[in-house]
Amino acid sequence: MRALQQAAIALTLMGVALCAAALDTTVLPDPALQARYVALTHELRCMQCQNESIADSPVDLAADLRNQVREQLLAGKSDEQIRGWMAARYGDFILFRPRYSWRNAWLWGAPAALLLLGAGVCWRVLRQRTQLLATDSDPVEEDLRT
Amino acid sequence: MLPELGHFALILALLLALLQAFFGIAGPALARERWTRAVSAALAGQAVMVATAVGCLVHAFINNDFSVLYVAENSNSALPLFYRVSALWGAHEGSLLLWIFLLALWSVAVAIRSAGLPPNFAARVLGVLGLVSFGFLLFTLATSNPFMRLDPPAPDGRDLNPILQDPGLAVHPPILYTGYVGFAVAFAFACAAMLEGRLDQAWARWTRPWTTWAWAFLTCGIALGSFWAYYELGWGGFWFWDPVENASFMPWLVGTALVHSLAVTDKRGLFKSWTLLLAILAFSLSMLGTFLVRSGVLVSVHSFAADPSRGMFILAFLIIMIGGALALYAWRAPLLKSQAGFELGARESFLLFNNVLLVIAAATVLAGTLAPLISDALKLGTLSVGPPYFNPTFMLSMLPLMGLLALGIHANWKRGRLKDKQRTLLVTLLAAAVLGCGVVFGIYSGAHVLTPVGMTLGIWILLASLVDPLDRWRRGLSLSRAVLGMTIAHMGLGVAVLGLTTVQSFTVERDVALAPGQVARVGGYELRFQGVKSVEGPNYDGIGGTFVLTRNGAAVAVMTPQKRQFWVQHQVTSETAITLNHGNNVLLALGDDLGAGRWSVRVQIRPLVSLVWLAALIMAIGGFVASSDRRYQSTKALAVAAGAAVPGKA
Amino acid sequence: MTVRRFLVPLVPLAVFAVLAVVLAIGIRHSPDKGIIVSPLLGKPAPQFALPALLEPARTVRSQDFQGHWYLLNVWGTWCGECRAEHQMLLRVKESHAVPLIGLDWKDDDAQAQAWLTQLGNPYDTVAVDRSGRAAIDWGVYGAPETFLISPAGIVVYKHVGALTEDVWTREILPRVQAGKS
Repeated sequence: MRALQQAAIALTLMGVALCAAALDTTVLPDPALQARYVALTHELRCMQCQNESIADSPVDLAADLRNQVREQLLAGKSDEQIRGWMAARYGDFILFRPRYSWRNAWLWGAPAALLLLGAGVCWRVLRQRTQLLATDSDPVEEDLRT
Repeated sequence: MLPELGHFALILALLLALLQAFFGIAGPALARERWTRAVSAALAGQAVMVATAVGCLVHAFINNDFSVLYVAENSNSALPLFYRVSALWGAHEGSLLLWIFLLALWSVAVAIRSAGLPPNFAARVLGVLGLVSFGFLLFTLATSNPFMRLDPPAPDGRDLNPILQDPGLAVHPPILYTGYVGFAVAFAFACAAMLEGRLDQAWARWTRPWTTWAWAFLTCGIALGSFWAYYELGWGGFWFWDPVENASFMPWLVGTALVHSLAVTDKRGLFKSWTLLLAILAFSLSMLGTFLVRSGVLVSVHSFAADPSRGMFILAFLIIMIGGALALYAWRAPLLKSQAGFELGARESFLLFNNVLLVIAAATVLAGTLAPLISDALKLGTLSVGPPYFNPTFMLSMLPLMGLLALGIHANWKRGRLKDKQRTLLVTLLAAAVLGCGVVFGIYSGAHVLTPVGMTLGIWILLASLVDPLDRWRRGLSLSRAVLGMTIAHMGLGVAVLGLTTVQSFTVERDVALAPGQVARVGGYELRFQGVKSVEGPNYDGIGGTFVLTRNGAAVAVMTPQKRQFWVQHQVTSETAITLNHGNNVLLALGDDLGAGRWSVRVQIRPLVSLVWLAALIMAIGGFVASSDRRYQSTKALAVAAGAAVPGKA
Repeated sequence: MTVRRFLVPLVPLAVFAVLAVVLAIGIRHSPDKGIIVSPLLGKPAPQFALPALLEPARTVRSQDFQGHWYLLNVWGTWCGECRAEHQMLLRVKESHAVPLIGLDWKDDDAQAQAWLTQLGNPYDTVAVDRSGRAAIDWGVYGAPETFLISPAGIVVYKHVGALTEDVWTREILPRVQAGKS
């Protein structure tokens, strides 16, 4: 366990020491492909500098992965195919955008579910309070002060 | 010698905090008047001891005392004096001490201004604050003592992380923590009310200024962090939805909801248990943030060195404080029912929507931040969540909120009377739409679908906020600071919406490779590279590139981005050159030496991005102005409010 | 109605309790953070055909090792941790328990050869991955990494970081011995 910890720390330190910003001057011939290239490289996590995308990471691995993206785009692969290719090798952790799957349904569904819940709460409160209006004789200064 | 004194002072502070907590809670509960009166003394003692400890540590830093482990790990004799002091909060142990110090300051402030409060209530508030202080002091002494000695002393220190050697850093954590810690006051007020078993409009009035102050500081702290990341890290981004950023944003969202909910409770005695819950929630999220940063459960570029044992300690602390408060809530909340009513179009309605949407936003951010943990715990595999999740889901709740703001400001309490304002609202909306679309399509090119929506909403908020204050000014009527502050803060929000819309829609970013003499054309600007030369700093060596920026031939600026290598830690940082021109922020970051004199450069043109931080400043100013309103200030007013509070009034 | 009035305020506490459990589990797993669980576990080992380091004309194919247990160790002369684990790798070789195949990742051939001559060669064979493509297929993100592959060609275990005595005796040997019986 301790060795594992040490290894993790060593790896992290190595990574952190190298992880400044890097610049990617790749330009693909087709502007549409270039736009997809930029989008994809910003959506894939660099596995060494784990808080950067492969677009921004200076390490060799990021350059190799960017190369892969470029080659696959030129070979006509779709965005989903490229993401799938990467995830098959590095796991879902490499994706900044969680996959749309049943496993992640709770995450993607959460905002909508919360909004529905919120709407329900609003409706109940408003119904109760508008009904109470009839019996509420509390005088309120009717100006706009906070 | 002094480090030992500092250590000893912390131990004394621990004991005094415990006394403060004991007297503050047991005194009123057991009707022991002497105990109740002793709370302030215990607090005073604790504050002095904490200040002493901080003083000892600062002294160790200034005098390069490398026999103190923390100093040896975070400082260096070549480090400029300014950063030797700010290195105090550069790592885990010192930042905890900063937290404790700020908590002591807030507690003292509350004690000083509590002369008009009922003594039992004030004692309870200080007692709860004492409990929080005790927890943090115990954590520090048990797991994170900044006064540990190094024997034999190091010949020199490991130097402060170069990324942190920046004026922005010196100010960001103290201001951010002031906000974070400030929510402990609202938490304490809430716990005191629950312990006492009553909560009325007077309570809301007492709590409001403290909450608004904490909120304003947190706004500044977050904005500073974002601004600092922007110009220091050089990627042109200012918000990454990084777990630690989210950890400060969630309390801010809930804090905003709390500020608004308190208004309703103050004005009409409504939403009492909800306000109580929000007060608990805001501080809980602050504490959760502390946990996330220091326990190693999440991967983040901001986190301090991870240590699972620290994680368990903080978690235990969290369970006791938050679990305890929520248990109190479950006990007391059912008794807090009010019989007041209001119309669908009333101000209360809009504040209800405000609260619901803000809390949904906070919950969404929480879900995304904790998703990796949850997925791991439920054995659903490794999940990673980034901007592609947060951006759309955050907008989902924020867009409706922005749309409702203008309406809400014009609604009256109890009976909205929005029909009277129909015309004003339509006119302002139309004007905003025209102006917005004019800017979007007239000045810039390449808009997204949401761009005109964002521009219209931002301008509408600005116009709608100004209507009533201008009307009152025109009629020669005075404007209370509370309303003035509110207006300023809302306008700040409008400015934020404008800035965010433009920067998200119209940013141009390109990475180019240039040889000396070559020109790159990006976003209407021309950039001529003139070459690089070496530079030397107090504790670093660097390379600076010189670029001449022109727009349609007219000179704009000479920009010199740098790359620096620090002597001690060998870390390379990039110093971005930033220029402001006609509202556009032009950023240049020097990349890599491509050989034969060619260098890679990242050029970004970001229109109106400065509006984002200006907006935060405006919002914070609004908060400070609003909480300086006379109705909160005079202790006589507080005493009157205390006397007028009818116990058990719905 | 009255019952609900008392139950609803308990909801926040209940939600918090669940959250606390999730966080506690997170802490227990946190030493593993930064070490990503490989999606290759339980799947067939990726195929490669790369030049051998010490005999440039020969090609090392992953199929050559089919039917035996073997360890694939990813390393490079630029990697400090690899230097640290080298002693351990030599001990693995001495034990003759499992053959060790090296994958020289993004390295300089001459330096790699000198390294092995100087420090000793624990590998049965070393394949050279100059482009980094094979390493990507194996999901490598930081040297050193060591994979254990079964005779059926399935990746059964992956270790990230320097190989230690602990990992060898507790994770690798038991799996090999269980497989042999």
